[in-house]
Amino acid sequence: MIPQLSQLGGDNALTWVFQIIFYVIFVAFIFYGQRIQMYIMIREVEGSLARLKFMRDEGRKLAIETIKEIGKPQEDPTERVDRFLEYIAVLPESMDPSGIVWKLEHLLDVQDFRFKDDIKLMAPQADETQRNNLENVLVWAVDLNIIYKIIRHFYLLGKKTLSLYVIMQVQMVLPLIMREAEAFVSAVKACTMGQPMGDGAGALVAAKLMHGHKTRKIAKDIVAATVPLEGRIAHVLKSEGPGGTVGKPGDGISQIIKENKGKIATVVMIDAAQKLEGEKPGDVAEGVGAAIGGPGVDQFKIEESVLKYKIPVNAVIIKEDIGDAVSPMRKEIFDAADTAIQRIKRLILERTKEGDAVIIAGIGNTIGIGQ
Amino acid sequence: MTEKAEPPARNISSFLLVIILIILVLSLGALYLAVDAVIRENDVVNAGYFMLIGFIGLSLLAYMLLQAKRKPLRVPFEMPQVITTILCQKCGFKNVRDFQRGDYIFKETEPCPKCNEKMMITSIYREVKEKEK
Repeated sequence: MIPQLSQLGGDNALTWVFQIIFYVIFVAFIFYGQRIQMYIMIREVEGSLARLKFMRDEGRKLAIETIKEIGKPQEDPTERVDRFLEYIAVLPESMDPSGIVWKLEHLLDVQDFRFKDDIKLMAPQADETQRNNLENVLVWAVDLNIIYKIIRHFYLLGKKTLSLYVIMQVQMVLPLIMREAEAFVSAVKACTMGQPMGDGAGALVAAKLMHGHKTRKIAKDIVAATVPLEGRIAHVLKSEGPGGTVGKPGDGISQIIKENKGKIATVVMIDAAQKLEGEKPGDVAEGVGAAIGGPGVDQFKIEESVLKYKIPVNAVIIKEDIGDAVSPMRKEIFDAADTAIQRIKRLILERTKEGDAVIIAGIGNTIGIGQ
Repeated sequence: MTEKAEPPARNISSFLLVIILIILVLSLGALYLAVDAVIRENDVVNAGYFMLIGFIGLSLLAYMLLQAKRKPLRVPFEMPQVITTILCQKCGFKNVRDFQRGDYIFKETEPCPKCNEKMMITSIYREVKEKEK
């Protein structure tokens, strides 16, 4: 093709110009192809970075507006919000992993206490539910800020070093990161309004089961109710709504097991779980194990407690993607709560005897869901 | 209920403009040579090649411009419509309205207009049309 192209057009002067330009481009691509590719990638990252900055600013703006509207602070909260956005947590050293769970739990407790304290100062007029929602708003805004800063770091590093591989690794994961960032913006918006999110599917199932029964507080931000279910005594627990919190379900389950001296026939945990592409949102699946996300402290505690008394743990999961998990709850996920309840009933009928005590734990953020 | 945030304006980069300009000049040059080859030398084969190069260049140009236009810095910041359903437990009267701040599932709300019994929020959700996904 190249010799043919070079012989085109005879001895016309313009043909010569055309051929020279063609060769110049050809040689340029041979020697500078990688660099041109890198510049194209940098441009792509630059575009996404501008979108991320816009999302970060939007999250910050929403947080400030909501604090002003709900908290009615006497002074402008902008400076405090900006300080909050730069918040960092230094994770415990894991060279000797023994006891790290308790160190991590302590760190998370301190963080939670600090967040709640900061929010009290930022929004003095807000009630507890609103403070919990504001905490959620700020945490999502912090996440957006972190994503923006990390991508900016690699973008600037790539530009500075002109390293194709630094830019390439950011450019390759950008579609997934952008998807996540967009979901976080939805989360900020849902939290400012106090709307139930997809992540609250487990809490919704528990709320439906315990509604109309007397509840008691059994752990930090966790409520439980004793509910007769299919001839069994079901101890149903969830995080205390309608404020945005996940509570400490690990402590709640351990407490109920302790109160019943280990005489629990089974533990059923319901949680929202990441669906794979191609699966439908709101599909319900069953299995075994402690269905709970987060940093792992609660899962560890639950596994320790059930192991002590050899209690079987069953999991019922409601599938959804990251976007649905942190956006206002989809109808399919809301409807899946009833399907999950049917599964739980069938599960305890098949796996326990009449009169047995069972624990049903609805896991997830209970924002917008009462009990 | 639906809010939209204004995205930042998008500028076409100077790098892209230079590339577009080069392709435009080359494509027009190729088309000129094609016409020239037919008129002056009656060389249809070479004219065909130049015509092909010219049109490929122009198509590439159109594609690049379309792509630059198609990728504005738009962020889907629309607030989805969230529906609250309020139900009277006694007579079954149902009220469906847009979500309002302060709504939550199992919240007791205003009395039922039919039987005057307190109504309760039984569901809050958003409906997603499949084409959105």
